[in-house]
This record gives sequence, C-alpha cells and structure tokens, in this order.
Amino acid sequence: MDNADMEKTITVRDCWMSFPGKQSGSEIHVLERVSLDVAKGEFVCIVGPSGCGKSTLLNIVGGFLKETRGEVLVEGAPVDGPDPGRIFVFQENGVFPWLTVEQNIGFGLLSRPVAEREERVKHYIAMVGLAGFEKSYPRELSGGMRQRVEIARALAADARVLYMDEPFGALDFLTRLKMRADLIRIWQAEKKTILFVTHDIEEAVQLADRVLVMTKRPATIAEEVRITVPRPRDLDSPDYLAARDRIFAIMGMDAHGGGAV
Amino acid sequence: MNRRLLHIILPLATAVLFLVGWHTAVKMSGSDIFPTPYEVLRGLGELARQGLLLKYIVASLFRVSWGFGLAVIVGVPLGLVLGWFRPAYAALNPFIQILRPISPIAWIPVAILWFGVKDTAPVFLIFLASVFPITVSAMAAVQNMQQVYLRAAQNFGLSGFPLFRRVIFPAALPQVITGIRIALGVAWLVVVAAEMIAVNSGLGYLIIDARNAGKRYDLVVAGMVMIGLIGLVLDLLVRRLEKFDEVRWGYGQR
Repeated sequence: MDNADMEKTITVRDCWMSFPGKQSGSEIHVLERVSLDVAKGEFVCIVGPSGCGKSTLLNIVGGFLKETRGEVLVEGAPVDGPDPGRIFVFQENGVFPWLTVEQNIGFGLLSRPVAEREERVKHYIAMVGLAGFEKSYPRELSGGMRQRVEIARALAADARVLYMDEPFGALDFLTRLKMRADLIRIWQAEKKTILFVTHDIEEAVQLADRVLVMTKRPATIAEEVRITVPRPRDLDSPDYLAARDRIFAIMGMDAHGGGAV
Repeated sequence: MNRRLLHIILPLATAVLFLVGWHTAVKMSGSDIFPTPYEVLRGLGELARQGLLLKYIVASLFRVSWGFGLAVIVGVPLGLVLGWFRPAYAALNPFIQILRPISPIAWIPVAILWFGVKDTAPVFLIFLASVFPITVSAMAAVQNMQQVYLRAAQNFGLSGFPLFRRVIFPAALPQVITGIRIALGVAWLVVVAAEMIAVNSGLGYLIIDARNAGKRYDLVVAGMVMIGLIGLVLDLLVRRLEKFDEVRWGYGQR
C-alpha cells in the first residue's frame, strides 16, 4: 500500500523554524526543510537525538508554535492554533491536579449532555484501566496512571489525532513497556492518527507503522523506516532487530557497541 | 516514643521552661513594674471580669475582618488580572512596587487626615497592609502557573472567561491562599499598631492605655499574650484552607 494513495491527515512541506538567539540579531536554526506525511489512522514515530527539534516540530504541527516558513496542513487546512479534534499529550503531564480522574477525563465534554458525558467517561476509564480510581486526584496516582488519564481525556473528547511528546519518558522501564502495549491496543480499537515523538529507538520500532529519523540541529528528516513486523510485535524477530539496527545506524550509532559505526 | 506525643510534650516543655525563666528573671531583678507570668494571668482575669477582654478582642477582630476582607475582595481579582494581562501589569506593577514598601505605620497621619479618629482609619490601614501581599501573590501565581495546563486548556478550545474559571483560577489558587495567609498575619500585626493611635477600644488600645494610665504592665503583657494567641488561631484557621483537595496538590509533600 502506497502512502500517496491514502488520505493524508498531516502534511508538512518544506518547514523551517528558527528562534532568536541570545545575542541580538543572531538566530538559532532548529528545523530545516522538514517534509513529512501522515496518513489517516497511521501511527508514525519521530526519533532523533535529544534537543534536535523533534518536539519543536510536534509543537508546530500541534498549533502551539508557528513555523518560520513552510506549509503545515492538518486535516486539509493550514494549522492555525491548537484544535480540540487534535489533542496533545505532554511529557510533563497536562492532567489538571485540582480535578479528579473522572473530572479530568470529562474535561473536553462539558458541552455534551450529562448522560453522554458520563457514558464516555466511564467507557474510557475502563479502556485505560483506571476503573476504581474515578474519584482519585492525580497526586494520589502513579506517573503511569496519570499518563493514562491524559490519554483517556484526549480519547473521551473524541480527538481524531493524537500528538504525543515523549509521553512515557518519565516512567520506569516496565511501566513504559505496559503503556506501549496498551497504547497499541487503544490505537487499534479507536483508529486514531498518532504522531509520536521519542528519543527511544526501541520505543519507536515497537510502536510505529513508520519511523521518521531526524538529524542533529538544524534538524531535517534523514530517513524514513517502514516497520513491517506484524503486531503484536515479537521483539526478538529478525525483522524487528533489523529495523532497530538500521535506525541506530542512521543515527550514527552501533546498537551493540555504541559509538560511531 | 510516638510522634504525636512528641509534638505535644516538646512544645509544652519549652513553654514551662520559658515561664519558669521569666518568673525567675523578674524575681531576681527585683522589678516591681514588670509582671511575673502569674500577675499577667491575674491581669487577664481582671479584664475578663470587667468584660473588657471580650470587648477588645471583638473590636480588634471587627477591624481586621473589614480591612482584610476588603483586601481579599480587591487584591485577588486585581492580582489575577495583573498576572494575566501584560499591559495591565506593565501599567500598574511599578506603581504597586513603589507603594508596597511603605510601612502602614507611615500612613497613620494620612489615615487620620482622611478618616479622622474613627474605625475607618484602622480599617484603611489594615486594608493597605494586607492588599499588597494578596495582590502580589495572586499575580505571581498566574505568571508562574505551569504552561502545560494552559496549553492543555487551549487545546480543548478554552479561551476567555471559561479558560479563566476552569484553569487559570484553580491553577493559581494554592499560591493565592498562601498570599492570603501571609496577609492575614500582616493584618493582625497592623491592627495593634493602628489601634495605638486612632481609637479607644481593641487590644492595641489596651496596651497603650494600660501603659499611660498607671503603668499597668501586667495588662500590657496580657494584651501582648492575647494578640499572640489570637494570631496563632487565625493562622491555624487559614491553614485549614490548604487542606482542601482542590488546592492540596500545590503545596508539595506535606
């Protein structure tokens, strides 16, 4: 199946981004000539070295930053600010600490009838495995549970697109594995389009249909790696290991020894 | 030893030690003006029997309620607005920062000129003393709120008043309450100073009056003790606000 045949949800064309530097008049070039496409229902990961600008790119697509030049189209229209149909999941966790789990998950539903709201909140609490914690406050939950609340909040609001900025970066290893498996299960059930930023190559290969590998700053997309390993993915399969090693190689690393290849 | 017991026994031991030290010091110095703890207690009993103790406490609390209440009503909204709207901040913040370091005591002559020797003068002084800490903390609360809450709210399409009510206000609330708590302490400090000049009732008046009318230092110290105790009670009351689930997240691990 060719990407060009599918309905495109996200299109970035020749996107550049620079910020004013510390010295007046100087500029820091963060993104150069970035182009990418994400098809409807596709799960795409962006990996790159720390500080390369992948979060900046996601913030541009999400409408929180404006590109210096280029074209960013989401769902057929130029991005002009954030949109309730496309929800951002933050690494630092954007769950509101003054609201309970169910109030957080119902946050985007206040304009809906009470019965429908309660129905949806209940459904998504169950989907992310938080039944029994409806009345808890975020401070009473673990980091993984808080990230589940944030994902459920986006799903409950019926977001068609999820932008995820290293959402599992602050979690411990086992929780991270569990969250990845759950995210794939939810994505398969809900058929959302997901653009997911991570610096963790293994994470990208476990999750994505396609992995976009970014270079150091000023960043551009070095290469695209399609992951064809069938789901649920066998992390010992030759295809998985080959895809992982390929991305390591693109980033100038050796998966077995580290350092330059 | 269990911690609860420790938290009762240790402060009590300190208090006993302090009272014994005080008593001994008065006796050893041979002062017949400065009172022993027992004489202060007797003075408090005398005031209570005359009905003055309750009357003065109520008078002081009344002035604080008005001055502090007005400061909350003015300071919280003002601070939130200044924290949110940059032009308002640019226009008013320098002015506030100049007014803020002027001690309420310095305002006493002005207060007397404007309001005369009536209850309004101390109420005005208390208002002045507490409105700045409240305004400044509400302002800082909005300015320092975690950007991720703001961005999440905007992502869900919130703007204008709903954004303010559902996100900015609750996000700022813990720090606003801290400002209110500090301001109440300041208000209580100032009521005493204000009553020393302008009025004829209240705990501040008691202290000055007892000194002027016959060097009754037992009553002076009795007034000081009551001020301290009531200040403690007020602080404990406001601290209860920090225990609500809606704001507890804002105070770290306590």
